[in-house]
Amino acid sequence: MSAFLEIRNLCVTLKGGAPILRNVSLSVSAGQVHGLVGESGAGKSMIGKAVLGTLPRALAVTRGEIWLDGVDLRTLRPAERRRRIGASAALIPQDPLTALNPARRIGPQITRRLVDILGWSRADAEARALELLAEVQIPDPDRVMRSYPHELSGGMRQRILIAAAFAAEPKLIIADEPTTALDVTVQKQILRLIADMQARHGTALLFVTHDLGVVSKVCDTLSVLYAGKVVEEAQMRRFFMHPIHPYSAALLAATPSYKDPDGSLTPVPQSVIDQVEREVTDHDRRAGL
Amino acid sequence: MRDARGDVKRPIGLRLWLSGGWLSLLVLAALLAPWIAPQDPLAQDLFTSRLPPFWEAGAEPGYWLGSDSLGRDVLSRIIHGARLALIVALVAGTLTCVIGTALGLIAGFYRGWPDRIISRFVDIWMAFPPVLFAILLIAVLGTGLTSIIIAIVVIDWTRFARVIRAEAMTQGAMDYVASAQVAGRKRMGTMLTEILPNVLPTIIALLTLEMGIAVIVEAILSFVNLSISTDSPTWGGMISEGRTSVHQAWWVLVFPLITLFLTVLSFSQLGEGLKDRFDPVLR
Repeated sequence: MSAFLEIRNLCVTLKGGAPILRNVSLSVSAGQVHGLVGESGAGKSMIGKAVLGTLPRALAVTRGEIWLDGVDLRTLRPAERRRRIGASAALIPQDPLTALNPARRIGPQITRRLVDILGWSRADAEARALELLAEVQIPDPDRVMRSYPHELSGGMRQRILIAAAFAAEPKLIIADEPTTALDVTVQKQILRLIADMQARHGTALLFVTHDLGVVSKVCDTLSVLYAGKVVEEAQMRRFFMHPIHPYSAALLAATPSYKDPDGSLTPVPQSVIDQVEREVTDHDRRAGL
Repeated sequence: MRDARGDVKRPIGLRLWLSGGWLSLLVLAALLAPWIAPQDPLAQDLFTSRLPPFWEAGAEPGYWLGSDSLGRDVLSRIIHGARLALIVALVAGTLTCVIGTALGLIAGFYRGWPDRIISRFVDIWMAFPPVLFAILLIAVLGTGLTSIIIAIVVIDWTRFARVIRAEAMTQGAMDYVASAQVAGRKRMGTMLTEILPNVLPTIIALLTLEMGIAVIVEAILSFVNLSISTDSPTWGGMISEGRTSVHQAWWVLVFPLITLFLTVLSFSQLGEGLKDRFDPVLR
């Protein structure tokens, strides 16, 4: 089966020339969940942003291919690219508190994509939105549709964003640390909800996170990133049993565990950091940067 | 489930009542000027010159706030002057707001070269001393209502452009703007549906502030005799005339001054009060 999203040798650089992503390649197939893990600043979110075309102004894709549903997005013209992304991909953002427009009611923010891109009638779109809100277990969806974001809690807002992401039946969803801004009790529910929705709709899901515990629960495959370079790409099961790269092993060892609360916090050793840093420099030299 | 902020009841508040009350009174006075003014604001009568206000000895009935050195009724002139002041406030304020906001939104949301051009213009514009600039403009355009309005718009659009640009930049970095872009919205559509509603409270506050400023600028221009011809009553003109006879007839200077002061204060207070009410997060 061919991948729905395939990224080949993607390079993103700061406009001054500093590399942000270094030859990133990965692929996600329909019905699969691919995890992207790494430290803060490793470039996890930037991969998602490069795919969706929402990179910050100071960054630009300098090389590589982004194949979405058999088309290389970089060869398309901006308007056509926007239309394609809008019709087949969606984003579950990191912070539900800033991801909904505070000045507009919930309803139109869910139906927007259906009306704008798929050309649904308003009534159809609203019926669909109500159905979706029920699917993400929101009580009293009628009232919620007419609410403003500030009237709802963070967990509710994240459910709404999930509903909005699934609204147009996208084939790819990029979840950018969707549980980071929520408290731990809600995190678990939201995670289960995303996993359920993904399985039911057969969507390809690119799951960005820095939490290996989360990855182990929802992902099928994953890529470990360091300084914008993929250090290891692996099947879930294999990764947790035998991580190949020392950095991956160190990350796994650094994950706190409930079973051993005292001894489990092992920082990544300096020798391992030196080794990945060397690999990154080597890569840059070979690439002529 | 429901955030408590949604249930907060916000009373209208003394500030809104007082400022709104004064401005409504002024609007009524301006609309009904010919019927409620006790005297003809232009009628000169040297027998009734420099009459004191009603509570002082020697006051004449019908001249509640006294008369000036040409025997014209101060109250009637203030009431008629409100017409001009309010026309300038509304028309100049609104035009300034529309032009400044449009340019500010474009600069702040599109960034790139439109921003560079607009921002450089704003920088250059703000280097001119505004009152001198206004006087210069009137000298070129000639006196009259239209010239005053044009002068105010040309000088003051930068105030809106700068503030709205900054707000649009903050809003543009929000996730919901990115979501709208991913959902295939065109940039213009995103600007109007996602950004504009969020900067509306600021626009309202600036607009009312600008109306107050427009009234002041008009008064300054009448004070230096560059407004409308001297026979139509203006507050600035009255202040200018009253200044010369302040030792003999203080009321000719003081009453228009108080009116001007209260009006400008009311505009700015109204803006502050409305800004709080329209803030989407506090709504």
